[in-house]
Amino acid sequence: MRPCAKHVSLLLAAALVAALGLLLPSGGGAWAQDEEKPYQIKDGVVDWYTFSGFRRYHAECHVCHGPDGLGSSFAPALTETMKTMSYEDYLEIVVNGRENVGTTAQSKMPGFGENRNVMCFIDDIYAYLMARADGVLGRGRPKKEAKPAEAKERDEDCMS
Amino acid sequence: MKKVLSSACLVAAAAMLVPQAASANDELLVMQDNPAWYVMPTLDYANTRYSKLSQINADNVGDLQVAWTFSTGVLRGHEGAPLVIGDTMYVHTPFPNNVYALDLSADGRVKWKYEPKQDPDTIPVMCCDTVNRGVAYGDGKIILHQADTTVVALDANTGEVAWTVTNGDPKKGETGTSAPMVVKDKVIIGISGGEFGVRGSITAYNLADGKLAWRAYSMGPDSDTLMDPEKTTHLGKPVGKDSGITTWEGDQWKIGGGTTWGWYAYDPEADLIYYGTGNPSTWNPSQRPGDNRWSMTIFARDPDDGMAKWVYQMTPHDEWDYDGVNEMILVDMQVKGEDRKALVHFDRNGFGYTMDRLTGELLVAEKFDPAVNWATHVDMKTGRPQVVSKYSTSQNGEDVNTTGICPAALGTKDQQPAAFSPRTGLFYVPTNHVCMDYEPFRVSYTAGQPYVGATLSMYPAPGGDHLGNFIAWDADKGEIVWSNPEPFSVWSGALATAGDVVFYGTLEGYLKAVDAKTGRELYRFKTPSGIIGNVMTYVQGGKQYVAVLSGIGGWAGIGLAAGLTEDTAGLGAVGAYKALSNYTQLGGQLTVFTLPN
Ligand code: HEC
Repeated sequence: MRPCAKHVSLLLAAALVAALGLLLPSGGGAWAQDEEKPYQIKDGVVDWYTFSGFRRYHAECHVCHGPDGLGSSFAPALTETMKTMSYEDYLEIVVNGRENVGTTAQSKMPGFGENRNVMCFIDDIYAYLMARADGVLGRGRPKKEAKPAEAKERDEDCMS
Repeated sequence: MKKVLSSACLVAAAAMLVPQAASANDELLVMQDNPAWYVMPTLDYANTRYSKLSQINADNVGDLQVAWTFSTGVLRGHEGAPLVIGDTMYVHTPFPNNVYALDLSADGRVKWKYEPKQDPDTIPVMCCDTVNRGVAYGDGKIILHQADTTVVALDANTGEVAWTVTNGDPKKGETGTSAPMVVKDKVIIGISGGEFGVRGSITAYNLADGKLAWRAYSMGPDSDTLMDPEKTTHLGKPVGKDSGITTWEGDQWKIGGGTTWGWYAYDPEADLIYYGTGNPSTWNPSQRPGDNRWSMTIFARDPDDGMAKWVYQMTPHDEWDYDGVNEMILVDMQVKGEDRKALVHFDRNGFGYTMDRLTGELLVAEKFDPAVNWATHVDMKTGRPQVVSKYSTSQNGEDVNTTGICPAALGTKDQQPAAFSPRTGLFYVPTNHVCMDYEPFRVSYTAGQPYVGATLSMYPAPGGDHLGNFIAWDADKGEIVWSNPEPFSVWSGALATAGDVVFYGTLEGYLKAVDAKTGRELYRFKTPSGIIGNVMTYVQGGKQYVAVLSGIGGWAGIGLAAGLTEDTAGLGAVGAYKALSNYTQLGGQLTVFTLPN
């Protein structure tokens, strides 16, 4: 089962990070298991969760971080960030946000801890960004596997 | 006791403030006719953006030179234009929304500066950059509409705060980006936040003291929408009881969108204000069945009490994010051989509408970009666009990627205002030439968090290698007269002048002047950053000046900065498209042009 962040999103942020840290995504279904990577790519087709990450990223993050994680004048390129950022640091910043207020430009990474549209898919977005950062997934909409039953169940559970 | 006292003070204060004119509106009606000044963000109440100045004209505009420049000190998207009243220019900035009063008689020396303190938490709830579309003037005051929705009246001479009022709550995703409009004794203020499930409204505050006069929501019961079920009409028919609820399921209208972040117009003879409402929330149409009235709607309201006279919903049950907020240009013209008090509107959805602004009758609705494909045409009886099933994200449903929709969510035109020249009878329209794939999916609502529910990818329209056009439009025939391709979307407001020149800016940073009759380019100058501001003009010391703000950003700047996706090879244009960052960088500068002595 894929973790659903909803149940923990109500906890204190520190506890959340700790909790989710233990629940690193594990690929599902018939896809070849890869211990290291949160995504699966076979013959140019990505697993549903990575696709879901693409979709949610482009709904929730791309207005600031640019299309395909490439960055914009507003926020850094996550294709670069994720080359070095740990899963724990990623969680911490997406849950709690971060502020950068200067004299010529002010920008703020909002905290998404209470937003199900992000928290339910936080691992999906992570998988997508890691695939982009690793250079194994190109720009644009990836080809995807069909939505597995357990993903449907997970989404329904988490979103309602 | 307290009440009596304060109203007594008020009368005294009002008496001092208004020596000659009966209301600020009378004053502004006179001031807007003085072409030496630039007294409102839209140039005039009719939103024509036409200046009677002709010192700079088609014959000499090629000699234009930079006279002076001013750095705003902020590096974000700079929309709108400064005002000029007498010898003072008022320049606004994006967040943190500083205002500068510059003394034009002393080389632009700063007379005063106002720097509001705003919670940075406001920034992330602004969907598409921290833009601001400008300040308004009325009765000796400069009215600023801040990002955090605070409305401030500043003494135009000293910058001292006369009053402040809070219009909304950024914690719920409500923000301020639009320019205010002063009408009669009121200030009209809109609201942003359609991507956060905000229920849109327009609010009138008393110019004298900032007290709320009326608020009209875009959806909800008649008492909220200020509609009369019998007297308010939609294409000539009474709207009926609670029309702002009956086309929604359950309580969805409460987070229904229909925000009001565009431009406002006023017809003093008809005594009506005009504006449009934005997209219904969320972008996933399956989650909000029905027409979603009165999102995507042109409103005509009485400025005194806010009552709606007529409405017209352009895009019922939006499935593409085609906000209806673009400016309403009020022109007296012939339409199909008949003299009309017309309203001309270039909508995001790609249709150019000509309406009778007194009755709300629909006269013309034609595509102002041939690429538009989501609807075949608008049925002139029902006013409904005839949606093409293939491009219907609602019919295709959740989790389905609908491809090749034109225009993209950016619209064939966004907020960047068009201009009208009575000398040519043409409208000059900055446009986008961009198409999209759109996949809606389920989202849940959390106050103050994005409520989007779709993923989009955008690319140039088929067959082309350019993302924008600058066009001249005949609003009677509903036809393009000439069209200049632009490599990027044109996100800058146009200015037409009696010198038969039309000015606009480009995302690469060019200020361009073209011949009003032919569109032939007469002048270009590359300013330090991309232009999403509106070109304005004024006279100082007997000389005509043209000015524009540079500072790339806004939705165009964010969406395009990293380049559009290149995986849509079937649609051509691969490789022809290059990232905007190869042309320009962030900036914040006013550039002022004039002819050499
Ligand atoms: C409103 C704009 C905005 C949105 C929406 C947004 N971010 Fe950010 N994000 C920022 C800004 C600005 C920064 C940089 C903050 C700083 O400099 O401290 C940032 C930083 C980050 C970082 C750290 C980058 C680094 O190089 O240190 C990560 C990771 C991140 N965001 C992830 C996300 C994800 C995932 C989403 C979508 C769920 C998202 N962001 C949505 C504005 C945004």
